[in-house]
Amino acid sequence: MKNVLQGNEAIARGAWEAGVTVAAAYPGTPSSEILAEIATYPEIYSEWSPNEKVALEVVAGAGYTGARAMACMKHVGMNVASDPFMTLSYTGVKGGVVVVVADDPYAHSSQNEQDSRNWARFAKVPMLEPGDAQECKDFTKIAFEISEKFDTPVLLKGTTRISHADSLVEEGPRKVPRTTLGLDPKDMPKMAMVPVNVRVRRKRIEERMRKLEAYADEFVYNKIELNDPKIGVIAAGAAYMFTKEVFPHYSYLKLGMIWPLPKKMIAEFFKKVKKVIIVEEMDPFLETEIKAMGYKIFHGKDVIPPMYELTPEIVERSLKGKTYKEPKVRVNPDDLPKRPPNLCAGCSHRGLFYALKKTGAFVFGDIGCYALPYAPPLQAVHANLCMGASVSLAYGAGKALGKEGLGKVCGVIGDSTFLHAGIPAVADTVYNKGYATTIICDNRTTGMTGLQEHPGTGFTIKGEPAHMIDYGELVRVLGVKHVRKVDPYRIKETTEVLKEEMARDEASVVITANGPCMLHRREKRKFEHPFYAIDGEGCRGCKACLELGCPAISWIEESGTTKDGKKRKGRSMINRLQCPGCGLCSQVCKFEAIVPGKA
Amino acid sequence: MDDKVTNILLSGVGGQGAILASNILAHVFVEAGYDVKKSEVHGMAQRGGDVTTHFRYGKKVYSPLIKYGDAHFLLAFELLEAYRYINYCRNDARIVINDQKILPPAVNLGQMKYPENIPGAFRKYFDGHVYVIKGQEMALKLGNAQAANVVLVGAFSNFFPEIKDALWKRALTDLLPKKIHELNVKAFDEGKKVLKG
Repeated sequence: MKNVLQGNEAIARGAWEAGVTVAAAYPGTPSSEILAEIATYPEIYSEWSPNEKVALEVVAGAGYTGARAMACMKHVGMNVASDPFMTLSYTGVKGGVVVVVADDPYAHSSQNEQDSRNWARFAKVPMLEPGDAQECKDFTKIAFEISEKFDTPVLLKGTTRISHADSLVEEGPRKVPRTTLGLDPKDMPKMAMVPVNVRVRRKRIEERMRKLEAYADEFVYNKIELNDPKIGVIAAGAAYMFTKEVFPHYSYLKLGMIWPLPKKMIAEFFKKVKKVIIVEEMDPFLETEIKAMGYKIFHGKDVIPPMYELTPEIVERSLKGKTYKEPKVRVNPDDLPKRPPNLCAGCSHRGLFYALKKTGAFVFGDIGCYALPYAPPLQAVHANLCMGASVSLAYGAGKALGKEGLGKVCGVIGDSTFLHAGIPAVADTVYNKGYATTIICDNRTTGMTGLQEHPGTGFTIKGEPAHMIDYGELVRVLGVKHVRKVDPYRIKETTEVLKEEMARDEASVVITANGPCMLHRREKRKFEHPFYAIDGEGCRGCKACLELGCPAISWIEESGTTKDGKKRKGRSMINRLQCPGCGLCSQVCKFEAIVPGKA
Repeated sequence: MDDKVTNILLSGVGGQGAILASNILAHVFVEAGYDVKKSEVHGMAQRGGDVTTHFRYGKKVYSPLIKYGDAHFLLAFELLEAYRYINYCRNDARIVINDQKILPPAVNLGQMKYPENIPGAFRKYFDGHVYVIKGQEMALKLGNAQAANVVLVGAFSNFFPEIKDALWKRALTDLLPKKIHELNVKAFDEGKKVLKG
């Protein structure tokens, strides 16, 4: 029977059908749904790991016993997992190990763009690239076969338009997992990566790559589709789908396995078609390799953009050149007000960042919802780099600035991100006598990616109760002497605490308390009032409340006078349906014109 | 079945239920025997940003994205989010818009104006094919403004006379929790009536 599945759901289904028994991930768009979906299969042990490196090691350990195991991450997660990954290529596996890495070209929801195909070449492991949900499921299953047959981890590549696209999938039964599992000290030469063994395994990798190259030529999902012999396109994944859509009459070499490449098939394709075009998203990965084989191509990155996401019209425009006919422009979208993502009405980050802005400090942010106050009107995040970097950036800047920087820098990090990569940076700040203040905004969940559990929430991915890390205790053990809790919904007190801690010539940590994510169902903060309202006659139209950037507050232009006779050009308005009653706006109003509403 | 692929672009603001609407479409057109593809941007878009879903059905669909300028239908849940995608529409496109304004930050801050008379702008290019539905008002009358998306789906279903109502309603009951079945079936029926008349 066929069902409509999202690419990520299809990967999860493929893992289940392949007989996977262990799966681990750290959430990251566009990969997060895979593990959430896997967690619904009772036959698979699944977990949110604190970061991608741990997730991959958990999976590798499971694989060494003979079990089939899968790790999932977004493209930047692979950077974190790259340390175990590069050497896992040497040890190989016993049970199949598949690593799903989902790219985000155009950085819809990321801090950069990366072409993960480069990992395959770098680590010398095979990579499969599905083009729709059916292939997501099929390729996941085949990836496990390849992994066991060639003693290698296998990469499966997703992208936003594959992972987050839904299409029909034929579902199948589950393969019975291997029951004879175990660890064997006789495997030491294979698994203990000390130099003497490394050199032997290094040779095995070369042998494996040669075998995989031969396999690529027989791989049934590398396919030549002969149509018009004048032009042949080499493409994989979403790029194939877009090109096929616009130029259905061209011939195609559709690659299902993008590393290693099927050399014989490529030779055959060049013989059968007159001109070859390579269409690929981001880097000239296929182009570089195919050119290195000695072939001349008609078009590649000379016309196809090397960055951002491809779309059908970008492929069409690039290949048609001057003959491309622009669709009718009826309005210039740049003239319309944008609708960037914003902190939710009532979000605890809003109070914290408003207070931070008051301190005048340079704020090193991190990866999560608390990067959103980068946008106007708050504009209270001044830099961010990668998971966990807020802490070390602030610390490093302080080391360079010396006493001059006291009171002027801090790092802001979320609870999940802190557990992911922030802990060593706090240890460094204490150990090497830095003064940076680390602010942990604890919203009790992994917010931005869709509310996943983590080691600080007290629950596992399957909702079972688990140990809950106490951030205060944790940082005290690291050696932080000054640990303060603040209520981010009290702007004045929060500002004072932040100023005091930032002025201190010693490491300090400030933790927000009782500020769970507004989308959280289990943990809700109870606000004193159901909502707030503008006293229409008292509002002077000073716009101070608008500086909070709350989606529930808007500005109405209408000249008039207040009840005490002051002229005004307009006034604020609170949308009662959106206002959860957090009360921040009533604290910033200097004229007591924002008052509690009655239910 | 001919080779034609039909392109439906859905747009709205995070939280309006545009994604549920696209799930209903997928359910219905699969049951009707078509190949379907659907693509959306998740992640940061969940936080009050604009949300678009590309939905395509036909005998065989390759691209998960609609080509710019090639949408046969625009189903928009908010006025500005309709306008933002006006260039995506073919000249012969059918436009269904929910008559609701959700103010974006620059408008809230008084820095930019919310564009006036968006339906009028659409009528200039798609005269006779622009349908403005008071989805929120109608859903509120039924008892829950949240059902506005299904009111719109009901109105939209009129463009597909070959597909029976039962198929649409089965999608609703398959996809939604039981306690809101009745409300949403009513919302669908009300929406359906609006465009018929």
